[in-house]
Amino acid sequence: MTIQPQDSKTALYQWHVDHAGRMVDFAGWQMPIQYASIIEEHHATRQSATLFDVSHMGRFFFSGGQVEEFLDRMMTRKITGMPQGGIRYSLVCREDGGILDDVLVYRLGTVEGNDQFSMVVNASNREKLWTWFHSQVAGLDVAITDQTEGTAMIAVQGPRALEIVNGPLGFDLSSMKYFSGRHARFHDIPLTVSRTGYTGEDGCELVVTNEFAARVWEELLLNEAVSAAGLGARDTLRLESGMPLYGHELTEEINPWQTSMRFAMSLKDRDFVGKEAVLTAMSDESLPVRVGLVLEGRRAARQDAEVFLGEKLVGCVTSGTFSPTLQQPIAMAYLPREIVAGNNELVVDIRGKKIPAKLVDLPFYKRK
Amino acid sequence: MKPEEFLYAESHEWAFIEEVNGDKIATVGISAFAVEQLTDLVFMELPEIGSMIESGSEFGEVESVKAVSSLYSPIDGEVIQVNTDLPDSLEILNEDPYGAGWILKAKVTDDSSLSKLADYTTYQKQCGEDG
Repeated sequence: MTIQPQDSKTALYQWHVDHAGRMVDFAGWQMPIQYASIIEEHHATRQSATLFDVSHMGRFFFSGGQVEEFLDRMMTRKITGMPQGGIRYSLVCREDGGILDDVLVYRLGTVEGNDQFSMVVNASNREKLWTWFHSQVAGLDVAITDQTEGTAMIAVQGPRALEIVNGPLGFDLSSMKYFSGRHARFHDIPLTVSRTGYTGEDGCELVVTNEFAARVWEELLLNEAVSAAGLGARDTLRLESGMPLYGHELTEEINPWQTSMRFAMSLKDRDFVGKEAVLTAMSDESLPVRVGLVLEGRRAARQDAEVFLGEKLVGCVTSGTFSPTLQQPIAMAYLPREIVAGNNELVVDIRGKKIPAKLVDLPFYKRK
Repeated sequence: MKPEEFLYAESHEWAFIEEVNGDKIATVGISAFAVEQLTDLVFMELPEIGSMIESGSEFGEVESVKAVSSLYSPIDGEVIQVNTDLPDSLEILNEDPYGAGWILKAKVTDDSSLSKLADYTTYQKQCGEDG
């Protein structure tokens, strides 16, 4: 079975095209990078609320008597004992610790003794994870289905996001914990809602069958506080919020320990694929770790820009942009721990020019 | 200066040619179409006064939130003036790409470099195809 999409279109594709969305290929999906301006869409998210079509993200459904134990072995984060409606961010590793993806795991509930979980994975890793999980599941009572194509996923993000979605849902989303989800109705339309997102703002994400996607999207946009935003703004927003992106900060060559996301690993009293490699990495001082950099001037350091301490090459930028909120260039990079500890003056080579940079704590931006 | 009187490179730079004291002086900028395609400009690097620029070669760069783009010279010439207001207020490019948004002035050193450029109508047609 191959599930790698080519020229796939989300249920909202026509809306994007009709509203001047600049469509680009993203992991085989035609997605809007922006409508008018990335900076304006970015500010709209920080100041009010925006909608993102994130239907390209992969959505898997797991059912069976041994799903909990299976996922607990697959995930760096503890899955056993998750409450119904709970959601956890986790990494998925190979035995050698190489990161295969970062995902959200949702515990839906138990139906007739069968655990039911769903998972949102990166679009670019959907086929890889599908193959990986099937290679690991042999002999266990676990059925995996891919629900990506039949559903749409809409992220509503920003300080006003919840108030906007509360009306159609008929209940107050702020009564739900962040990182939890439930079934709900948007007027008469059945969907799932979760308090999750990838912008650093408050908000929620809705998963709805394709046939209702445009109705939900368009009704939300009737509210003047809401506008649409593309994947360009999503990237600048997640970068300001210090969130890693697969293919940049997370790759098969990076060990979870190096990501500086201690919260994404549950190491006590459990085993998971890649745990030994994580424990080994913990005591390996030579491994570079993920850090934040703020650069002088207005030029952004992009992926693969080299970072120097004096004349010595010490690491590489994994992603960077000009931060619309902070009005300065920000970047994430992997650097050796002794350099991070030393509060050193660094420079980044941006197309032949050495630009001074200083180490800062992540995230660059935190909502009040 | 009117965009209808300008010459255009395929890479979306424009040149306006004037005769000044027997020299051909080119004012160079980027088209409204280019500005609209780039969006969200945050940085521009200008060439140095006195530097030689060459038709089809990079003379500077412009950076948006999402990417860096090279600026290519539409002519062969020597830079005699640059618009120093521009890098700190790139919104000028959105407001007036064919006037206040000019990038540099250069003395044309080889007239034959002008013959590769398109007129306004031809360039508009190209933009229709690119857009």
